[in-house]
Amino acid sequence: MLGSLSPLIEPGFLSNAPVQTALIVGGIVAVVSGIVGVFTVMRGQSFAGHSLADIGTAGGSASFLLGTSPLFGFVAMNLMAAGVMEWIGIRRPRGRDLATGIVLGAALGLAALFLYLDTASSTTGATINVLFGSIFTLQSSLVPVIVVFSVVAAGIVLAMYRPLLLSSVSSDLATAQGVRVRFVGIGYLVALAVAVSLSAVTIGAILSTALLIGPAATALRITNRTGRAAAIAAAIGVAATWLGVLLAYDSFYWFPSHNGWPVSFFVVTLIFLTYLLSQVRFMRRSTVRRTAVAAQAG
Amino acid sequence: MTVQAQGAESPAEILAVEGVSVTLSGREILHDVTFHINAGEFTGLIGSNGAGKTTLMRVILGLITPTSGTVRVESGTRGKSQIGYVPQRITLDPDMPMRARDLVGLGIDGQRFGLPWPSAARRKRIDEMLDSVDAMRFADARVGNLSGGEQQRILIAHALISEPRLLLLDEPLANLDIGSEQEVVDLLSRIARRERIAVLISTHDMNPLLPVMDRIVYVAAGRIATGTTAEVVSSESLTKLYGHHVDVIHVHDRILVVAGRSDAALHHGGDEAIVELM
Repeated sequence: MLGSLSPLIEPGFLSNAPVQTALIVGGIVAVVSGIVGVFTVMRGQSFAGHSLADIGTAGGSASFLLGTSPLFGFVAMNLMAAGVMEWIGIRRPRGRDLATGIVLGAALGLAALFLYLDTASSTTGATINVLFGSIFTLQSSLVPVIVVFSVVAAGIVLAMYRPLLLSSVSSDLATAQGVRVRFVGIGYLVALAVAVSLSAVTIGAILSTALLIGPAATALRITNRTGRAAAIAAAIGVAATWLGVLLAYDSFYWFPSHNGWPVSFFVVTLIFLTYLLSQVRFMRRSTVRRTAVAAQAG
Repeated sequence: MTVQAQGAESPAEILAVEGVSVTLSGREILHDVTFHINAGEFTGLIGSNGAGKTTLMRVILGLITPTSGTVRVESGTRGKSQIGYVPQRITLDPDMPMRARDLVGLGIDGQRFGLPWPSAARRKRIDEMLDSVDAMRFADARVGNLSGGEQQRILIAHALISEPRLLLLDEPLANLDIGSEQEVVDLLSRIARRERIAVLISTHDMNPLLPVMDRIVYVAAGRIATGTTAEVVSSESLTKLYGHHVDVIHVHDRILVVAGRSDAALHHGGDEAIVELM
């Protein structure tokens, strides 16, 4: 079986230590992003999700100045930002974009400063690392930390699954049934902040939206069931990430040669292609339905 | 002015609203509202937009604490599971991956933590509920893709599956075409009689409810008049409620309420035969 894949898998792929770490971390993070992402799309909080990723750059870039892993910077910054967004009023549909926008603006100002300081203090590659990720440079000692954060983010969503689902359908309906909608909303924001941080260290802050929203948006097209949507989103994310790692490894020998293409490019492109495919199928299905209705009417 | 539920041995009181007043940011929304609803009774909460209908519903649900007065739901206790609620104008997103039956299932245990575990008993209970609101046909369809009337049935099933004694519906007939409107009203009236549930429906147009309504609670500017339709919807009673002259006109089997003042604004909404008062 592996023999038939040999033209695709370059020699030494699976025995390479950075590749192993990338596959493990990428897989775990894709699962968490899929689970959290389905709720992000259902709750209409994609803008908040994307903004948290951008906001995280301030924390990520500060970590380089402090000499710690960007993961801690992302998590700390995103949790703080989620707190301020909740305080300004993200729970009100009309306050949502406003709260997100205000916090986003402030954080990007900080990111500009820290990234400038990173460059000035000559931390090589800090900017690229924070914005576009560098899954191959992750230290394997970070894997347990990533596992813990993943369990926290996915655990919050799974523990609150039913009230979260109900309050995503309608906060009025949830309140009348005894759900503490605000409490659930805060719990979800914490899970979102952690998930986005994880995805930022994997494929970069700017691109992490793709891993959060892309597989979830595709899954929503494929199934009518929330649980299955989360599972499908996780599977698409894992497939795209693993294939992306493989292609990046292979690309070492591609143009302009001996400097591998960014993993993030492959992951994001694969996710986008999957979405396009589901869109085409979705449109064809609705055309068929419309034709059938027209035929019936005629 | 007590109304006996049809075919009932002795009417059990489900809801008692007594002397309820609500003042929100200095404005009095409800003033000294008192009425009672018995098991199996179908009650219309009638009034124009802004009269205080939604506030009254929220007080009954326990979401707003009245400034004075009390609300009792069935012998002194008020638990959320005793009240089924269908909120006003919910928009169910067509992008949401959720079947109609999943939303009904959330009515059983949506407030509890953790994942829902499928079981034969759970499925049977959901199927029976869907069947009793004539929704089996679209049970597995995506809930956001259903028509307004179909979504209304699913929301009613969601509210009823926890077997409440009192069912509150806030403007359930808004945005429905006439056919679905009549179907929803018939369904609710059937369920009220069969399950001996007290149903309280708010609407700005009483006409669709006239054939099934046991009792009317008519709200105007935060005050109410209550009794049978004949008792409440009369020129005399409504003139007293509004504080100025009101005419009640019967046209075929519909009722028009017309303000006697020359400066009264008249609203005619298509087929709607109620004239609202300023």
